[in-house]
Amino acid sequence: MAVVMRSGEIRRYDANERLIHWIVAILFILLTASGLAFFHPAFWFLSVLLGGGTWARILHPFIGVLMFVFFFVMAMRYWGDNKIQPYDREWGKRLSDVINNRDDNLPPIDKYNVGQKQLFWTMVVTMVLLIVSGIMMWRPYFAGAFAIPLIRIAAVVHMLSAFVLIVGIIVHVYAALFWVRGSLRAMTRGTVSRAWAKHHHPLWYRRMTGGGAE
Amino acid sequence: MPSMQSLDIQLRSATTTASPQVRTAGEPVAKLIDISKCIGCKACQVACMQWNDLRDDIGTTVGVYDNPIDLTDQSWTVMRFAEVVRDDGAMEWLIRKDGCMHCEDPGCLKACPAPGAIVKYANGIVDFISENCIGCGYCIAGCPFNIPRISKKDNKAYKCSLCSDRVAVGWAPACVKTCPTGALQFGSKVDMVARGEKRVRDLNERGFQKAALYNPKGVGGTHVMYVLQHGDRPELYNNLPSNPTISPWVSLWKGIAKPLMALALGVAALGAFFHYITRGPKEVDESADSGGRPATRHDREV
Repeated sequence: MAVVMRSGEIRRYDANERLIHWIVAILFILLTASGLAFFHPAFWFLSVLLGGGTWARILHPFIGVLMFVFFFVMAMRYWGDNKIQPYDREWGKRLSDVINNRDDNLPPIDKYNVGQKQLFWTMVVTMVLLIVSGIMMWRPYFAGAFAIPLIRIAAVVHMLSAFVLIVGIIVHVYAALFWVRGSLRAMTRGTVSRAWAKHHHPLWYRRMTGGGAE
Repeated sequence: MPSMQSLDIQLRSATTTASPQVRTAGEPVAKLIDISKCIGCKACQVACMQWNDLRDDIGTTVGVYDNPIDLTDQSWTVMRFAEVVRDDGAMEWLIRKDGCMHCEDPGCLKACPAPGAIVKYANGIVDFISENCIGCGYCIAGCPFNIPRISKKDNKAYKCSLCSDRVAVGWAPACVKTCPTGALQFGSKVDMVARGEKRVRDLNERGFQKAALYNPKGVGGTHVMYVLQHGDRPELYNNLPSNPTISPWVSLWKGIAKPLMALALGVAALGAFFHYITRGPKEVDESADSGGRPATRHDREV
């Protein structure tokens, strides 16, 4: 498969990667809606999305297992690209430049920036915590096998992990949909423009184009 | 159990606004279980089954008197038998009628995520409104006494209702009605506390110096109280907790974390929006493709 398309655009995600990303995304939305409904009465109305409270209770854990499985199939693919590199440290120090859109001050990076990498590892850790604590709370199938004091701790772990994950995804969605223009098409059509790649991920751009400018 | 008049509901699960309060409805009630008078006949278990139309599966005898061996969705009260050897070598049979304690500060209600699935009536009775129950089992995690049980039949939680339907029409709970020794009594909480304390003094005079009324403050007091011969050691009575409270984990989970984290989620979403409004997007100049590293357009006035 060509990395640089005939149009001059650069391939970032292939069809399978896009498909699995959106499967995970849809499952995440369903889980967040039902999970928030159990968490706070202010979000109870979201349980309607899954067919009411009882259906939300029945479906939430099954959807959770699906998300866990699909997430890790996806994560295996991105594992190597998300290892923290020496140059990431420098990028990470300039958070103020990142937030204030002073991109010229940022050192060149590869396929993912530190923010993306941190989100990746946050998701890996929270997904594991969520599946373990979730199984411990899963009625009627598994919760009966665990001592009640353990289930209470599991509930807190589940809540905190979900909170961290949801905040992370809020940032992820904001960055991809609104903040960093030209990113969304990487996950919808699979490609980004040369200029986008060169600007945001210069080292990756060089790898994809075999040297090139700069 | 069916809901009584909504006017009589004082606390309602997963509800952030106040319940109706204008009516000064009935005074708090209580059931007093005097363990020193209990003979372990299990008539209360039978009466509970009969009144509430419950029929547990026939179980297996495991060599003790406890039967059924535990609370279930069909057995809302069970007698727990403890053989205790006293310091003087004598054997004592401590028989505790286990079931919902009807806490003034109910952990089950605090933990319940389904609006109106658990209510506390103005008279203190904590009741499961089963039609609103979603079967998540949070009440089990919330309860300091390990009382609620999820039915295998319908995946809903059940427990003693203190016969809220009988109490609503001025009757005593079925177990109290049937108790042959007067070990079970029912009335206003004030009266039951007075009666319990009188019995404790009585027991003190008969050699049980540590006798006490079990009305634990950690859960705000209970609407089911015990007279214990050994009030200093409640754990003798099949591990009755000596100082029951809602677990700190549950308090964190269903207390302070709820408003704080809900607020934080809102702040995160709003923060993203405000960032967009003030800093704007990172846009790449597509025409600068062949040149050096293109600059970001700065929307912000510096």
